[in-house]
Amino acid sequence: MQSIIKDGQIVQDGWQILRADAEGQYPAVAPDVDVIVPLSQWLADKASWLARSGKTAVWLAPADDPQLLAADLAALPLVAVDFPAFTDGRGYSLGRLLRERYSYAGELRALGDVWVDLLHYLWQVGFNAFEIKDGKAIDTALSGYDTFTERYQSTHREPVPLFRRRVTSL
Amino acid sequence: MYRYDEVDHRIVRERVEQFRDQTQRFLAGQLSEDEFRPLRLMNGLYVQRHAPMLRVAIPYGHLASHQLRKLAHIARQYDKSYAHLTTRQNIQFNWPELARVPDILAELAEVEMHAIQTSGNCVRNTTTDAFAGVAQDELLDPRAYCEIIRQWSTLHPEFAFLPRKFKIAVSGSVEDRAATQVHDIGLHVVRNEAGEVGFKVIVGGGLGRTPIVGEVVKSFLPTRHLLTYLDAVLRVYNRFGRRDNKYKARIKILVKAMTVEAFAAKVEDEWLHLKDGPSTLRDVDVAHYASFFIDPDYEQLSANPPEFSSKLAEEPAFARWVERNTRLHKRAGYRSVVLSLKKTGVPPGDISAEQMDAAADWADRFGYGELRVAHEQNLILPDVRESDLYEVWQLAKSQGFATPNIGLLTDIICCPGGDFCSLANARSIPVAEAIQTRFEDLDYLFDLGDIDCNFSGCMNACGHHHIGNIGILGVDKNGEEWYQITLGGSQGSHTTIGKVIGPSFAQADVPLAFEKIMTVYLEQRAAGERFIETVRRIGLDPFKERVYAKHH
Ligand code: HEM
Ligand code: SF4
Repeated sequence: MQSIIKDGQIVQDGWQILRADAEGQYPAVAPDVDVIVPLSQWLADKASWLARSGKTAVWLAPADDPQLLAADLAALPLVAVDFPAFTDGRGYSLGRLLRERYSYAGELRALGDVWVDLLHYLWQVGFNAFEIKDGKAIDTALSGYDTFTERYQSTHREPVPLFRRRVTSL
Repeated sequence: MYRYDEVDHRIVRERVEQFRDQTQRFLAGQLSEDEFRPLRLMNGLYVQRHAPMLRVAIPYGHLASHQLRKLAHIARQYDKSYAHLTTRQNIQFNWPELARVPDILAELAEVEMHAIQTSGNCVRNTTTDAFAGVAQDELLDPRAYCEIIRQWSTLHPEFAFLPRKFKIAVSGSVEDRAATQVHDIGLHVVRNEAGEVGFKVIVGGGLGRTPIVGEVVKSFLPTRHLLTYLDAVLRVYNRFGRRDNKYKARIKILVKAMTVEAFAAKVEDEWLHLKDGPSTLRDVDVAHYASFFIDPDYEQLSANPPEFSSKLAEEPAFARWVERNTRLHKRAGYRSVVLSLKKTGVPPGDISAEQMDAAADWADRFGYGELRVAHEQNLILPDVRESDLYEVWQLAKSQGFATPNIGLLTDIICCPGGDFCSLANARSIPVAEAIQTRFEDLDYLFDLGDIDCNFSGCMNACGHHHIGNIGILGVDKNGEEWYQITLGGSQGSHTTIGKVIGPSFAQADVPLAFEKIMTVYLEQRAAGERFIETVRRIGLDPFKERVYAKHH
């Protein structure tokens, strides 16, 4: 069990993440654990993943194409996006695409180099769950949600951009 | 000029608080150097030779007099009483103390200013023609769109961590004075056959190590689609731009790798999903932003009033200054005055706190309280009555602002170089000064006429040397400072990348090489031909032959 932030609260979470080891091999996964598997592993053998008693979810690497997951989204209990380095911003576009283009409505989780200073942006583009990086405080990370109380752009959380709200309220 | 409402104020204040917290956590060891660096860069803070360098945004070069006074105050209070105007219409402080930077930002916020995204791998300050709104050849005032882009790009949640920095420039006039073809995105205001206003969208220009002139990806984009289209371009870049090598990470490399056709098709595909979405601009939205940029109460004046004409006739030095340092205005009887920051002996673009205060006072007294920063690193008073020019000239002289060299060889665009910048191969400031000294004779300088001279201390090209008619690049040869000269570059509507003339020069030999180049020009020019035109016509060979001729 680990602590994560989900929907604005710190909660206990039992999902395990399947990552390749240094040789590119994937360790075996026990049939009864809830596991988040890489897109490639999912696409290679969906049927066996689904045949297990544990639940299976999928994580995307920054270079992955979310369209490959489009048909499965409605049935997945969770989708995650990995941020190998916080400066790699591709995951923000993936979040928006999953939410806005492919209408994914379930849990969208940010993994990897994730900490307080990134929460606001991640939340705005559609993430609602965050595994805070080891060594970074999780309790203070909650404050990251409201670093900014307004923003100019159309986002997943507030599709109507500020300029439209401004003129309507004149 | 745009004025903040409560929301704009709040966003900037919240950014200041966020940065204060980040700085404190860094100083307390809770953020590592590698974590803090991208965060501080996104707020304009470099760490340089002597101290941090703070770059403050001057959105599209627009500055109110009270803002300039605040910058003067900051220069005095937190720095060494001067600052530096940059080639992207911003201002830099070279000596602030890291722990006090949050206080500087809080002071800036009081006057609707900030350092948001003036550095780092994000969308940078949007730039435009320094004469926007007052230029005689303007098709459409670009400033409402600049402000719309500024707001869209500020803290955009999807695009905070791009592969590399991203620069947008907008031009609304016949002559492109915003270097749009060497920006990541260049937007030109155009009208289609039906008379509808839109943008020509140019993508993938840039200088640096790989100078490339941008290409048109959309020849006519109706203005209402501006933001959805920008979102589409940025999303394609964010997802597919290279991140493995920072020298290959700019959008220009992606466009070249994909070909401009394939890139345009990919953007189009992305855009079809976003088009007509909530970010589509309605007429009322544009009108809201345009309402901040309506003309001041100009007086009905006639051009060339007698007191002005007689002074022109009496005082050749004044006439000379008017010829070089003022520009015609869209309203008769007004001019825009360019205050030269290219006085010999002062690093190009440097401005003292005293000069800032003085210029702010003149903006109030002779104009409507506004100033502009030009990407050529000069300061502009946009609206001065011709009848006041003589007095403004005398005041400008008293502040060392009146060198009559705008657009001439000594109006050098120059990066800070090795005196300040830790990436430099060579110093730029002393060499620029040596050139200015060599060409100090005004008759000679005027005779040479329009010449853009650009100087960068290394291949990052902060001084845009590739697009100088004559460009200088600092290079490192076994730890020594050497200088490469390029000829034939130009900015504007016919942007061209200059060509290197040959082996580089030792520092002491640069002015002489310049002199030989100018001698060839004077010998070869046809009547009325500008330097760049002669270079284009006769090619580089005659210059090479003279510059590299062996003495016997
Ligand atoms: C002193 C601290 C500075 C540092 C460390 C610095 C660093 C850099 C670097 C690394 C690049 C290349 C980025 C790339 O091509 O992706 C660059 C580009 C640029 N810099 Fe600076 N710079 C500094 C100061 C300035 C100043 C003072 C100016 C303006 C006078 C300036 C204007 C520019 C411009 C316009 C470019 C873009 C050139 C292009 O189109 O690629 N920089 N800078
Ligand atoms: S061109 Fe090079 S030397 Fe000049 S400021 Fe840029 S990085 Fe520094």
